[in-house]
Amino acid sequence: MALIEAVELTKKYGDLTAVDRVNFKVRQGEILGFLGPNGAGKTTTINMLTGLAAVTSGSVRYDGVDYTGRLKKAQHLFGVIPDESNLYDELNGFENLCFCGALYGMTKADRRERARELLERFDLAGAADRPFRSYSKGMKRKLTLAAGIIHRPPILFMDEPTTGVDVDSARGIRDLIGRLNKNGTTVFLTTHYIEEAERLCHRVAFIVSGRIVRVGTLSELMREVQQENILLFTFEKNVDSKELSKAFGKRFSRYSVYPGNRNSLSVHSGEAVELTPFVKFFEENGVKVYEAKIIRPSLEEVFVNITGVAAEQMRREKEGKKPGEKRP
Amino acid sequence: MKTGIAFWNILLKDMKNYYLKPPNISWGIIFPFAWMLMFLVRTGGKVEDVYSMLPGLMALSILFGTTSMLAVTITFERRGRSFDRLLLAPVSLTALMLAKTGGAVFFGMINAFVPLAVAPLFAAPPALQWPYLLAGVFFVAVTSTLLGLFIAVSVSEVFEAQTFSNFFRFPMIFLCGLFFPLERLPIFIRPLSYAIPLTYGVSLLKTAFHQTAEIAAGFSLIFLILSAITLFWISRRNIQKRWIL
Repeated sequence: MALIEAVELTKKYGDLTAVDRVNFKVRQGEILGFLGPNGAGKTTTINMLTGLAAVTSGSVRYDGVDYTGRLKKAQHLFGVIPDESNLYDELNGFENLCFCGALYGMTKADRRERARELLERFDLAGAADRPFRSYSKGMKRKLTLAAGIIHRPPILFMDEPTTGVDVDSARGIRDLIGRLNKNGTTVFLTTHYIEEAERLCHRVAFIVSGRIVRVGTLSELMREVQQENILLFTFEKNVDSKELSKAFGKRFSRYSVYPGNRNSLSVHSGEAVELTPFVKFFEENGVKVYEAKIIRPSLEEVFVNITGVAAEQMRREKEGKKPGEKRP
Repeated sequence: MKTGIAFWNILLKDMKNYYLKPPNISWGIIFPFAWMLMFLVRTGGKVEDVYSMLPGLMALSILFGTTSMLAVTITFERRGRSFDRLLLAPVSLTALMLAKTGGAVFFGMINAFVPLAVAPLFAAPPALQWPYLLAGVFFVAVTSTLLGLFIAVSVSEVFEAQTFSNFFRFPMIFLCGLFFPLERLPIFIRPLSYAIPLTYGVSLLKTAFHQTAEIAAGFSLIFLILSAITLFWISRRNIQKRWIL
């Protein structure tokens, strides 16, 4: 049974339909990534699922129970990490965590112990007594993440968890998400970083203009856009790849072959290919194969292919950058 | 039990972080003193009249303390999105509102008792009707706080909360019978005066100090209770409608 389920979920603001009949399920222990450009409806979907926005139509279910219109009853089941760190500036790290624990009815002893444990786990113990306002962006994100799991929720909603933080902090946060998931937490995350979705998510949903255009595992999505199988051969020494390609073409006329740089060539085929005859052919021609690998399209290519949204443009939009500026 | 823990901690955090900060404490002391001085000047320096001005002074201290504090703190939390944390907590909206307003009500009540504590320095206190005094202070604090909440729901910036508060507060000062007895107000303005909870709060406090007032104490009490319930209901509906989009 799905732990989170959205059925025909719709959100309208007057004439504007922000989320349009969205359907998806998130199974227990899974990480589902919601990938889409700015204004696609990612945050609105999270808000509807968590009770920060009223559902116009459709339903929200947790563990098979319909909580539409009474999400207060389900809020103990999940933690929410918003796209901006929203803890209290005037409280220190420890106080912030304790306060968030109290909001979920944790006893004083329990929340204090848990706060200490999380501060240790997130490498923030040294900053526990410092006010939140003095934290760096990365530290703020980590503490916000800790606050989201203070009450040990089985479900975690994360809205753009690594936006605006430096590379090291982003890596640290991704590791933490991975570890939480390994320990059984089901994660629903929105992101505009395709590589993040690729690295973290078991399944990905593409959302554009309020509608889910595709949901699937990475391999399912890739299979959909992959028109042909591509095999890339790399050789131990430099060869005349043009001559080798010609000879290869004569021997295996069913396949298209393209010379690469001086020590590689690629074989394209509309059907599955068997590797052994090719390796044998190269050996006969005195060329030793160093590596043979199947080239798959990246999730970015899949995303662009399916949604028609340019990935780089999406990334820049979110970061508010001008063309030519680099990512942190 | 769980709601109780959340309620108490929200209240405690607000008291500690917003209301019991040195600038607010000094505001709570300086503001009533400034008004006291103004009233003394108005009465020609008759210090023995200090108790005649106390009902108004206490009401104004509460009104200014609660409306601005709650409107500003909630708008501030909304801007920083920390208020979303409260909306995401498994605590009913009613309990959440009670916790957020509880701090302001308490702060307002403390403000009200500052002039009462200082007045015996000027003149011997009269026989006070404590039940009316406590009821008056409590309900003026509750209705003023809920007015602050109404303002907070209506604005999105902190400076708007400040200016919008004054839009309500200053007319209320002149309409509640503090400066001019209600019967001396122009007849077309009087319905407005009788629609303001502060009028009944001031009247109840006058009863507590002078045993009598323009409006019967029982009626004032009923009006204040109904006003508090209505304002709470409106505020709850507004939050549901405007913040849980």
